[in-house]
Amino acid sequence: MGPVEAFLKGMAVTGRQFLATVFGKGLVTTKYPQVMRDKPQRFHGRHVLNRYEDGMEKCIGCELCAGACPARCIYVRGADNPTDQPVSPGERYGFVYEINMLRCIFCGLCVEACPTEAITHTKLFEMSTTNRSDAIYTKKELLVEEDGRPNHMFEADRFADYEELGEADGWMRATSPQGRAAYEGLVAWSGSAGVGVRPAEEGQSSSEREDSPDGGGTG
Amino acid sequence: MDRIDVLLVIARVLVVFGLLMAVPVLLVWFERKVVADMQNRVGPDRAGPWGILQTLADGVKLFFKEQVTPRKVELGLYLAAPLLAAIPAFLMFMVIPFGKPFQVTLGGVERTVPLQGADLNVGLLYILAMSSVAVYAVVLAGWSSGSKYPLLGGVRATAQAISYEAAMGLSLVPVVLFVGSMRISEIVAMQGGTLTFFGRAIGLPSWNLFVLAPSFVIFFIAAVAETNRAPFDLVEAEQEIVGGFHTEYSGLRFALFFLAEYINIFTMSALAVTLFLGGWSGPVWEGSVPAIVSGLLPTVWFLLKVLVFLFLYVWLRATLPRLRYDQLMTLGWKRLIPASLVWLFCIGGALAFRQFGTPWS
Repeated sequence: MGPVEAFLKGMAVTGRQFLATVFGKGLVTTKYPQVMRDKPQRFHGRHVLNRYEDGMEKCIGCELCAGACPARCIYVRGADNPTDQPVSPGERYGFVYEINMLRCIFCGLCVEACPTEAITHTKLFEMSTTNRSDAIYTKKELLVEEDGRPNHMFEADRFADYEELGEADGWMRATSPQGRAAYEGLVAWSGSAGVGVRPAEEGQSSSEREDSPDGGGTG
Repeated sequence: MDRIDVLLVIARVLVVFGLLMAVPVLLVWFERKVVADMQNRVGPDRAGPWGILQTLADGVKLFFKEQVTPRKVELGLYLAAPLLAAIPAFLMFMVIPFGKPFQVTLGGVERTVPLQGADLNVGLLYILAMSSVAVYAVVLAGWSSGSKYPLLGGVRATAQAISYEAAMGLSLVPVVLFVGSMRISEIVAMQGGTLTFFGRAIGLPSWNLFVLAPSFVIFFIAAVAETNRAPFDLVEAEQEIVGGFHTEYSGLRFALFFLAEYINIFTMSALAVTLFLGGWSGPVWEGSVPAIVSGLLPTVWFLLKVLVFLFLYVWLRATLPRLRYDQLMTLGWKRLIPASLVWLFCIGGALAFRQFGTPWS
């Protein structure tokens, strides 16, 4: 290839990209704080502690999440439920629940370990702080309100998207119960406050819906 | 020449000065935006609509920054070099007409006001002289910084300027021969009509580009090299010699170098338009549109044509990698200069034939 030919070829490449960008194709940049890109359904964002639809806390203080955590960033203390005013349906409840977000690697093992789907991921990832102690989320921030609305570390944070924070159960919804493909489409967990029961993501297995033990149904 | 004439000259110069102050601000933004588009990026979009005020913000930042003066500099020349870069850049544009001359009646006398700083009878020579002076700024800035990378940049600038100044000068001789004048306004006037090819009109404007295409190509390559733009930016090659000649400059002095660079790009584009693309000439539809519109249209044509060249400059920058030093010298001395000499010989022969006929007749 001669130099003139090579020159023209090179100019054609940049010219093509220029036209593509000017006419709206090829540009992948989104204006991030103003425009949020859609996140995958199984996005591992900030955690929340869910409630049952009647307002009871799902966490039973079993500390399985703390045990499963490879980064050892979860600290749980369980306590016996007060008999006159129980916090959770079980015997015990999460008395203290803290996650150190500086240590968390967002692997989701706590969500998998939880027997009651109390802790789940959301799609919120804006968690930067100016202070190390602000990165430790306590029960105040983690636990959703009675109406299912989660709290945020900084109420006035203009970048925090509460809609995204409300999209809990990302992992639970994206997989079949217990991760078994044969149960695809079945919902094995109880509803959460605010959002109720969310349908499972389909397409987990190649088998037909009718093949599942209960003969299908979306719940 | 009375008082009003003097005032008119001052007004003209001020208009050109204002234009040249506004151009770099827009040109830097234009370049960043176009390069961003070519690289599938967004580019500056925060300051003002579409980020158009980005350069202004950068300028203000540079204005308020500390101007560090290293201890080893040759102070007088070190301080003079940025000015030496900026002043010829402003002066060079003064002879380029950017619109049609218009008539006004002031003080009872009808006067013709050419839209150009000064209509010199040696305009082209003046431009070449000024562009050579501008090289001194780079060389002296490199030398007076008392630092090794600027010195390397300065040395490269010397070699590059000598090589490409020659090619550029030679590529302009055919234009002078063809037009028969070095006065820029006459060169523009010559290209006003439509092109005739052996006595027949062929529907093209009589731009020098169609007659002197090889000159145009050589001139444009030399002009890119002359303004130290990619792919000929060896003088300030960031990857090899930090910032070249402006490594030791900061703040406003650094800004002056950049101002000069972008004014030079604009001037060289304007020069290419003036010499080869008919300058401000273009359809004005006189009579069918208001007088103010037909008076301003030449300026619009001029700026549009210049914009094409500015885009080409940016396009080249976004595409081509920097030339190696020996490639630069090969292109200058072994390609451009011989080519322009051969072309000069051809056009000289053709013009002699047109004027005197065959030598044996």
